[in-house]
Amino acid sequence: MSTEMQNEAEIFRGTTEGATRFKDHRSVQGTPKKGMPAFVLGEELAEMAKTDPRIVVATADLASANRTNDFNDIHPERFFEFGIAEKNMITAAAGMAACGLVPYVATFASFAAILGAEQIRTDCAYPKMPVRVIGTHSGMSMGFYGSSHHALEDLGMLRVMADLTVICATDANHLRAVLRASADHPGAMYIRLGRGRDPQVYDTVPALEMGKAIRLRDGSDLTIIATGSEVRAALDAAEALAADGISVRVIDMHTISPLDRTEVEAAARETGAILTVEEHNITGGLGSAVADVLVDLPRLPFLKHGVPDRYVEVGPPAALYDKYRLDAPGVTAVAREFLAAQA
Amino acid sequence: MTHRSNVNYAVLEDRAKFIRTETVRLTRIAGAGHYSSTFSCAEILAALYYAQMRIEPSDPHWPDRDRFIMSKGHAAIGLYPVLADLGYFDPCELDTYTKLGSNYGDHPDMKKVRGLDFSSGSLGHGLSVGLGMALAGRMQGRDYRTYVMLGDGEISEGQIWEAVIAAGHFQLGHLVILLDRNGLSIDGHTEDIMGIEPVHERFAAFGWDVQRVDGHDLPSVMGAFKALPEGTTGKPQAIVFDTVKGRGVKRMEMSLDWHVGNLVGEDYDDVMAELEAGLQPYEPEPAE
Repeated sequence: MSTEMQNEAEIFRGTTEGATRFKDHRSVQGTPKKGMPAFVLGEELAEMAKTDPRIVVATADLASANRTNDFNDIHPERFFEFGIAEKNMITAAAGMAACGLVPYVATFASFAAILGAEQIRTDCAYPKMPVRVIGTHSGMSMGFYGSSHHALEDLGMLRVMADLTVICATDANHLRAVLRASADHPGAMYIRLGRGRDPQVYDTVPALEMGKAIRLRDGSDLTIIATGSEVRAALDAAEALAADGISVRVIDMHTISPLDRTEVEAAARETGAILTVEEHNITGGLGSAVADVLVDLPRLPFLKHGVPDRYVEVGPPAALYDKYRLDAPGVTAVAREFLAAQA
Repeated sequence: MTHRSNVNYAVLEDRAKFIRTETVRLTRIAGAGHYSSTFSCAEILAALYYAQMRIEPSDPHWPDRDRFIMSKGHAAIGLYPVLADLGYFDPCELDTYTKLGSNYGDHPDMKKVRGLDFSSGSLGHGLSVGLGMALAGRMQGRDYRTYVMLGDGEISEGQIWEAVIAAGHFQLGHLVILLDRNGLSIDGHTEDIMGIEPVHERFAAFGWDVQRVDGHDLPSVMGAFKALPEGTTGKPQAIVFDTVKGRGVKRMEMSLDWHVGNLVGEDYDDVMAELEAGLQPYEPEPAE
């Protein structure tokens, strides 16, 4: 780990403090509330493990950055540090799962999903091992660390794998719900997390069903289907558009695979247009998954919004979200232009 | 089924022959198969399953059983007959080998093969699987061993060395590498393709206890097994078995032409007769 990244990791120690120091600028209307951007990963797993002896946790030299060290503090005998060897970690987790354990293995999404893709498919999904691969710092949330540390392809790469549940955590409360629902979920999972600064969407831990989208706001002119880090921006955009008299439905499509076809079909039937928003390459992710459903339906205005199919520029995260129009003002503008083009 | 109580070298020799003849028979069903990679590990597999491992075929999920990972998954054709012979499944099922809908493909699927501890096929993964099983066992207070059979070409995969480092670090004394050092990979001699020698010293340098024995000499194979220490903590254990790819069929021994093949007609009968006669002294082709 570079010194710079070590500093980054240190920032995440006691993340409410970190959140104060690195205030997220993406959400204009939805200012993060105190404590919400914190990574609750290790803490929640530690709590679950008190009553579930199957749960073990592993990381690849990023225990402080992803807060799995909070688990290690409580359950050191069930915590495994693999060093910088992600492939070995993921496959070893499959071996553990074959012995009755439920391993949660966490590292940056760029390494968990992209470096570990074959291990996820061949050793976790194919033999239906209950391994939970957790990709933190997904999308371009690593900002100026550059494309080696971004994961803008992970959803596209993993949603095509059979017997793999792919789910994006929206915020801290949603992550708690995902983790709680994961313990007895059959087969392998990929859980995509942001950087731990994700603005709040859920005031409390939501009721969650894998593969069942959450309709956060109803509307009739447009449906914005968003996932993970973009749900807050979608809600804020809906609020801004409402001021113009535009009625927007907002869906948190947390599970990318299997996708909630029913909710997409309802949006196509009941609202005038569909816009997908994701912190992911425009090719292959949420938008493409939604398009796979829409292709079977009567045509309606549809736009995929995400990161263009090229490696993004260097810059702080907030600057990147601004440039690629993935913050609330950006999503609002994209939605306005999209609707105007239909007029 | 052969019972452990009456196992002796003659029995193991016979079971090694059985592994080879079944490999030839099943390959004919499939129309192509990995003869030579299976022949090189026939004595190791026979000794492991019929004399060494703590298993209970009537209870394939017994938590305290020893585990075996066939990391060189292309040798599964030699493992299926052993599992059937031990009673994990009806030997008649072997006749479906590779046919549409069969449970038994060229590379083994743990969800379909009773008694198989993990799926394999993509080289380089098996040692990590075994590492996870060994970690789980120690955490759960179980003293089973985990054996992982690696091909010598396979250890060019980087993930193997991630696991080799980790096993030394975690002091997994109950994790055992069985290296089938048969000298050939698909494109040629391993030392020409990607050299691995001195392989025993390489494992030792990563904190493993290493033995190196003749993998076709059953007393040597069993001797290496008997020398494995008890307990779940300590240096991980590697046994480098010097073997001959294609051993047992003269035309296949150290031949690059038989990694995948199919014997038909008289060739099939000739090879079966050669195998029935038992292993003859190995005579390497003189260097050209």
